[in-house]
Amino acid sequence: MSETMTVDELLGRETTPAALALADGTVYRGRAFGAKTVKSGEVVFNTSLTGYQEIATDPSYAGQIVTMTYTQIGNVGVNGIDDESQKPFLSGFVVKELFDAPSNYRAEGDFDAKLAEAGIPGIAGIDTRALVRRIRDGGAQVGVLSTDPEVQGTDALVELARQAPGLDGVDWVANVTTPTKYDFDEGIWAGVDGQLPRPERPGQELKIVAYDFGVKKNILRLLVEQGFDVTVVPATTPASEALAMNPDGIFLSNGPGDPEAVEGVQPIVRELVQQKPVFGICLGHQILGLALGGKTRKLKFGHHGGNQPGKDLATGRVAICAENHGYAVEAESLRAAGEPVAITHVNLNDETVEGIAHETKPLFSVQYHPEASPGPHDAQYFFTRFREMVERSAAGESVTGAQICGTGDAA
Amino acid sequence: MPRRDDIHKIMVIGSGPIVIGQACEFDYSGTQACKALREEGYSVILLNSNPATIMTDPETADKTYVEPMTVTSVEQIIAEERPDALLPTIGGQTALNLAIDLAEAGVLEKYGVQLIGANLEAINKAEDRQLFRAAMDKIGLKMPASGIATNLEEAREIQKTTGLPTIIRPSFTMGGSGGGVCEKMEDFDRMAQWALDQSPTNQILVEQSVAGWKEYELEVMRDNADNVVIICSIENFDAMGVHTGDSITVAPAQTLTDREYQEMRDAAVAIMREIGVDTGGSNVQFGVNPEDGSLIVIEMNPRVSRSSALASKATGFPIAKIAAKLAVGFSLDEIRNDITKETPASFEPSIDYVVTKIPRFTFEKFPNTDAELTTQMKSVGEAMAIGRTFKESFQKAIRSLEIGHMGFDSPELDPEDQEASLWAQIDRPCSTRPWALVEAFRRGASVEELFDRTKIDPWFLRNLEEIAIAEKRLTEASEGERDAMLRPAKQMGFSDARIGALWGKSEAEVRDDRHRLDIRPVYKRVDTCAAEFVAHTPYLYSTYEDECEADTTDRKKIIILGGGPNRIGQGIEFDYCCVHAVFALHEAGFETIMVNCNPETVSTDYDTSDRLYFEPLTLEDVLEIVELEKPDGVIVQFGGQTPLKLAVALEKAGAPIIGTSPDAIDRAEDRERFDALLEQLGLVRPEGDVARSADEAEVIAGRIGYPVLVRPSYVLGGRAMQIVQNVEELRRYMQFAVKASDEHPVLIDRFLADATEVDVDAICDGERVVVGGIMEHIEEAGVHSGDSACSLPPYSLAPERISEIIEASRQLALEIGVRGLMNVQYAVKDEQIYVIEVNPRASRTVPFVSKAIGRTLAKLAARIMGGETLEQLDFTSEIVPGHYSVKEAVFPFVKFPGVDTILGPEMKSTGEVMGIDSSFGRAFAKSQIQAGNSLPVEGGTVLVSVREEEHQRVFQPIKTLVDEGFKVLATQGTAATLERLGIDCEVINKVYEGSPHTQDRIEAGDISLVINTTNNDPKSIEDSKSLRRAALLAGVPYCTTLAAARASADAIAAMRAESIGVRSLQRIHEAV
Repeated sequence: MSETMTVDELLGRETTPAALALADGTVYRGRAFGAKTVKSGEVVFNTSLTGYQEIATDPSYAGQIVTMTYTQIGNVGVNGIDDESQKPFLSGFVVKELFDAPSNYRAEGDFDAKLAEAGIPGIAGIDTRALVRRIRDGGAQVGVLSTDPEVQGTDALVELARQAPGLDGVDWVANVTTPTKYDFDEGIWAGVDGQLPRPERPGQELKIVAYDFGVKKNILRLLVEQGFDVTVVPATTPASEALAMNPDGIFLSNGPGDPEAVEGVQPIVRELVQQKPVFGICLGHQILGLALGGKTRKLKFGHHGGNQPGKDLATGRVAICAENHGYAVEAESLRAAGEPVAITHVNLNDETVEGIAHETKPLFSVQYHPEASPGPHDAQYFFTRFREMVERSAAGESVTGAQICGTGDAA
Repeated sequence: MPRRDDIHKIMVIGSGPIVIGQACEFDYSGTQACKALREEGYSVILLNSNPATIMTDPETADKTYVEPMTVTSVEQIIAEERPDALLPTIGGQTALNLAIDLAEAGVLEKYGVQLIGANLEAINKAEDRQLFRAAMDKIGLKMPASGIATNLEEAREIQKTTGLPTIIRPSFTMGGSGGGVCEKMEDFDRMAQWALDQSPTNQILVEQSVAGWKEYELEVMRDNADNVVIICSIENFDAMGVHTGDSITVAPAQTLTDREYQEMRDAAVAIMREIGVDTGGSNVQFGVNPEDGSLIVIEMNPRVSRSSALASKATGFPIAKIAAKLAVGFSLDEIRNDITKETPASFEPSIDYVVTKIPRFTFEKFPNTDAELTTQMKSVGEAMAIGRTFKESFQKAIRSLEIGHMGFDSPELDPEDQEASLWAQIDRPCSTRPWALVEAFRRGASVEELFDRTKIDPWFLRNLEEIAIAEKRLTEASEGERDAMLRPAKQMGFSDARIGALWGKSEAEVRDDRHRLDIRPVYKRVDTCAAEFVAHTPYLYSTYEDECEADTTDRKKIIILGGGPNRIGQGIEFDYCCVHAVFALHEAGFETIMVNCNPETVSTDYDTSDRLYFEPLTLEDVLEIVELEKPDGVIVQFGGQTPLKLAVALEKAGAPIIGTSPDAIDRAEDRERFDALLEQLGLVRPEGDVARSADEAEVIAGRIGYPVLVRPSYVLGGRAMQIVQNVEELRRYMQFAVKASDEHPVLIDRFLADATEVDVDAICDGERVVVGGIMEHIEEAGVHSGDSACSLPPYSLAPERISEIIEASRQLALEIGVRGLMNVQYAVKDEQIYVIEVNPRASRTVPFVSKAIGRTLAKLAARIMGGETLEQLDFTSEIVPGHYSVKEAVFPFVKFPGVDTILGPEMKSTGEVMGIDSSFGRAFAKSQIQAGNSLPVEGGTVLVSVREEEHQRVFQPIKTLVDEGFKVLATQGTAATLERLGIDCEVINKVYEGSPHTQDRIEAGDISLVINTTNNDPKSIEDSKSLRRAALLAGVPYCTTLAAARASADAIAAMRAESIGVRSLQRIHEAV
C-alpha cells in the first residue's frame, strides 16, 4: 500500500489489506477482518447505532454488503442470543473502526471471529461516510469486497464488481429459506433485572404456519410470546401442505432481495389468503402485495436503520421503527388491481407505503420490522394485532385486516 | 394537531444568573424557544434577571423583563401583560421552581394563566422524590433502595436500610447542590444535616449507593399525540458516583447491546408517559450494573437541561426549539427537520461520529475545598468535541478545554512518591484522572487493574490504552519512520503540539511536516441522519479522512472566534458578544463563520451563524479553518482571552485579523510598552513594575511600599491575583502561587486602599471614541471587578472625575488604535484618577452596558471592524440614561464546603444579575433580590463586626438601618464606637471568644443582615470565616465590604419608602 501507516499499524498490529470496489470504479482501501475471501453484493448502509450482530445475522441482507454508518463497531462483542439466524448470509461488512476486545457482560466472543467463521469478509478503516454519501447520491450499486491479499488490484476488482449480479431478478430466498419444516418455541430474551414488566402470554394457544423467506428469529420469538404454536416451513411449501396442518393463521416472513424474483410463492399466497388470516412482514408484505395484484419498485438506496418514522394512518401515531428494505409496494398498483386494500402505514421521510390491510379479508402486512432487533420496540403492536385477528377469526368472526388496523368499519 | 389558536401571549421564564449547574445552556434553549414561538406568531413576554444573555436582548421577545425572579415580580408582570400561558420548561430548575411557586400561590389561577409544556402535577411527580418513586413503582421500574428524610433522626433510620456507602441528596436543588456520598458512619450526621439545610423544602434523599455502575442518560421528546422519540443516548465515561455535570460523557452510548439499549429506551418512554410531561423534552438518567445489566432509574428532569443542550449540539436536533413548538400544539410529524429540510422531526437522530463532553473545573480558585468529584456538581463549564472515533473525539475534547493540555501529557505527580500520587488521582474521581489513567497505562498498568480501581468501562479504558501505545510507538520511532506515522496519529486525534512534544519538535515544525506531506483535516457535517439525507446546514467538524464536505463559498466572509468552555472570568458575556458580532456582520452582508467548542452556547447553535465549525480553539485547529475558508477577516476581540491569545500567532501565519491589531493589543497588555504609552499621554497608574524572579519582586515591592497587588501577567478573572501586606507574604506568594520567569513575569503594583474603582466600556472607529458606559463599582478597589457590584451611571463620582475619565478613555483608544471595543479600569483616590488596566477587546460588562443604554455595543463594534464608522452607525455620543442600572455578581460558594466567602482580587463569581430602577438604592435593592441576597425590608436585627479602621465609617449605614427600625448586634470593638456615636447595641462575642457568639445567633435565626469586614491578613480572615459561612448557609444576606453595607442600607430605606415595581426593557429603552 502507500507509505503512510494505518492506525492499526501505528498501534503495532499485524493487519492485512482489504479493498471494496464499486461498479462505478471507486475503490476504498482499508484493513481486512472476518474471512479471507472475495465476495460481491449490493452495497447498502445501515444507520442503526446499536445491533451490528443482529444486522450481520439478518438473512434479509443476503446478497448485500452492509456498511455501518456508526463508526465504533464490535464494542459489545457477540453472543448466542442476539443472532437473528443460524449464520450470517450477507456478502460483506464495512466499518470505520472495529474493536476486537468486547466489553459487555453478555459478550461470548468477538465480532471479527464470528464473521471469519461464517466466511464473511469485512473491511475496516475506510471513510464510511464518503461511501454512504456516494450510495445516497448515486443509488445502491454492486461492489466487491476482497480481503484476499492476492486480490487487491484496482482494475481487477472494479471489473469483478461490474460483472457481479445485483439483486434485481435474483431469487435470494432460495438460498436462505429452511430446507425442512420445524417447530419453534423459543421466547424472547429474558432481559435484565429492573426492566419494564412484560405482558403475559395469552392463555389460549393458536397454531400458525410461518413461511420462511429468510425469517429473523425475533419475529418467531415474538409470535411465540403471542401464544402461537409456530411451525416454520420452507418458502415454497404448497398451500395445501400448510393448510393440512390446520393452522389458525399464516405468517409470511421477511427475507432478502427482489420480491418479484422470488419463485413460486405468489400462487401459494394467493391460495392461502382465501382460507386463512395472513400477516406479512417486509418481504412477506411485498409478496402479499404482489399476490394481491400489486407491483413493487426498487428504492434508490432503500431504508436501512432503526430510526425511521412509520406513521400509522389510523391513529396518527408515529412509531420509530427498524426498517430494512430496498424495494417497496407501489400504492397505485394495488388500487389499479382493484383489490380492496387500504394503505395503513407510510414512511414520513418519503411517503413510501409501509403497511397495507385488506378491507374484506383478514389480511394485513407491514413493510418495516415490528420485531426490531435491532431497533425500537414501538411497532410491536403488530404482533398483538395479528393475535387479535387470528383469535377472532378462529372464533368464527368474519374480521378484516382493515378492521384490525383501525382503517375499516367495525364488524 | 396544528398550532393552538386559543392562546396568543406566552410568558417565558429564563434561568437567571449563571451558577454552577445552570449555565448558558439555558440562554441557548431560551433564545431558541422565544424565536420559535415568535415565528409561530405568538407574542412572547420574557422574564430573566441575567443581562448577559441573548435571550434578554430586546429583539428576542416582545416584552423583556430583567427583573427579580420572585413570585411578587412575576405577579406584577402578569398583571401588567396578562399572558395566556406560561412556558416553564426551558429555564432550568429556576424557572420550574418559580412556576411551582406561582401555581401554589394561586397567581396562575387568579390571572387565568395556563402552564404549557408540563403541568404542575407532572412537574411535581418528576421533582418530588417520593412521588417519583411511587410513579416508578407503579410502572414496575426500579430505583435504588432509599427513603426521604425531613430531619436527622429520619435520615439515620433510613440509612440502616441502605448500607454504606450512602448517597445523600437534597430535594429541589440544582446541580445536586448539598449532596454527596457518605462512606463512613462518622460523617453521616454532618453530611445529612448539610443536605437538609440546602434543600428549600428541608427534604433529603438517603439512598443506597450504586457507585461503580455504568451511567446513562436518554434525551426524550414527547408531543401531544403521544409520539415519543429519543434524541440522543449519552454514556458517562465516569461510573456512577460522579455528578453527570462533572462527568466526561460520550454520545451515543457505547457499551450496550441493542437489546439492553431498547429495554432502557422502553423504560424512558414509559417514564415520560407515566410522569405525564405533555410535550417537550425531558431527560432520564439510568444506572446499569456492569455485572449483569440490571437497570435502575436515577432521576428525570421534566424540562430541557444541560444534557439536552449537549444532545442538540451532538445530533443537530434542536430540542428546545422543537419543545417550544410542541408546547403550542404541533406534533412532531408536523415539524420539519431544519437540516434535511425534507424529512419531519418525528424521527430519532442517527450519528456517524462520537461526541465527547468534558467538564472544566476551577478548583484553583477555591483552594480550601476538596477536589474530589462527587454527586454535587462543581464544574463551571464544559467543552465538547466531535470526532469520527472515540479516541479522536476525546483528544480533541482535551485540547478544547484550554487548560494547558494539548493531549495526554503526564499529570503532575509528587516527585517524592510518584506512584502514590498517580494512584491517588485514579482511585478517587478527580479532574485530572484521564491524564493519570493514560500515565498508568504508560507505566504498564492493565485495563483490568484500572477497571477494578475506577469502574470505568473497559471499552473506554482500552481506547486510552491505545492512545498510550500510540504515544510510545511515536516516541520510539526513528526519524525516518515518522512521516509514515503522522497521518494515523492525526486520525487518532493527536494534536501537532502533542506529536511535537513526543518528537522533541515544536508545534510549528510538526505543522510544517504535516503540510509538506499534505496531511490536512477534512470537514464532515453534523446532519441528524448519518448522511442518509442531504444536509443543508453547514455545521462542521474536522477529522482526518478522505472526503471533505465543507463546500466553502467565495462570498465575502468573516470568521468569529468564540470563547471556548465557560470558566470563572470568561463566561456567557463573551458568547453574547460573539453572537452579536455574527448578527451584525450577517446584516452587513458578510458570510459569518463561527468557531467554538462550547456546547452550552447560543454561538454554537447552527442557526446563529452562516457556517459553524465545532472545533477546539487552538492555533492548529483554527489555522486549518482559516486556510480552508480564506476569510476576509478573523475577529479575535469578542471571545475573551481565548481567541486573543491566538491573535499574534494567527497574524504571523497570515490570518487577516481585523479590528484592533495584535500589536495594539500587545501594547496595552505588555507592561513596559503600556507604561510608555501612559507616560506619553500624561496619565498615571499605580506605581508598579515587572518581576521576573522572586528576588526582583522583593526589591520592587520594597521600593513601592506595602500593601502591593501581585499577579501573573496575561490572565483573565484575576487568576492568582493577591494583595500582599508584607515581605513574608510576598515570599510565600512567589514561592507557591506563581513561578515567575522571563516568559511569565509577575506584575507588582501599589495597592490603592479605599479607592473607588470605575469601569469604562468605549467604542472607537479610529477617528472617534464614544463611551458606552461608565460604571462605578460599589466594592472598593481590591475586589475583582468581576465580583464587584457596579452602577451605571456612577452614583457618587464627582462630575469632574467623570469628565477626566471620559477624556482619558478617548486618548487611550485613539493612541492604541482601537477598532472596536475597549474596556478601561480606573481607580479614583483623593481626586486623582489612576489607570489600572486597558483591555482593547470586548469586556465582561458589554452586555450589561448594552442593556442599560439600549444600544448593542458588540454589534456596533463588529460593524466597525467590518469597515463602517460610528457616524455611519449613528452612534456618536454617549448615552447617559435617566435610570440606574446595577450589576451584581453571583457566587458559587455554597457548592464548595469550607470555602471562605470573602471577596478579593481573585474573581470567584460565576454569573451576574441586573437591577434597573429610577434610583440607585432601588436598583441596588433589585439586584440584591436577584442575586439571592434578599435584603430584609421587613426590618430585624443587623449583626455588625467590622475592622477597626471602619468603626467610625460604619456608623452611617447603621444609622440608616436604625432609623428604619433595625436592632443592632455588634462585636465588642464595633459596639464601643457605635455606642459612643449614639447607637444602642447589644454586644456579642466573636466566634473565637466563645459561646454565645455571632455564629450561634445566626444559626438561631436571630439575624436578618450581617455586615462583616475584616483586616486583610490571613489570621483575621480565618478568625471571621465561620461567621461568613454561617451567614451563607443560613441564607442571611451579608456584606463583606463597607461600601456594600452602605448600598444595602440605602436600598433597604428606598424599598421601605416605596415598594418596587417592574418595567420592561423595551419601555426603559424608549425612555432613554
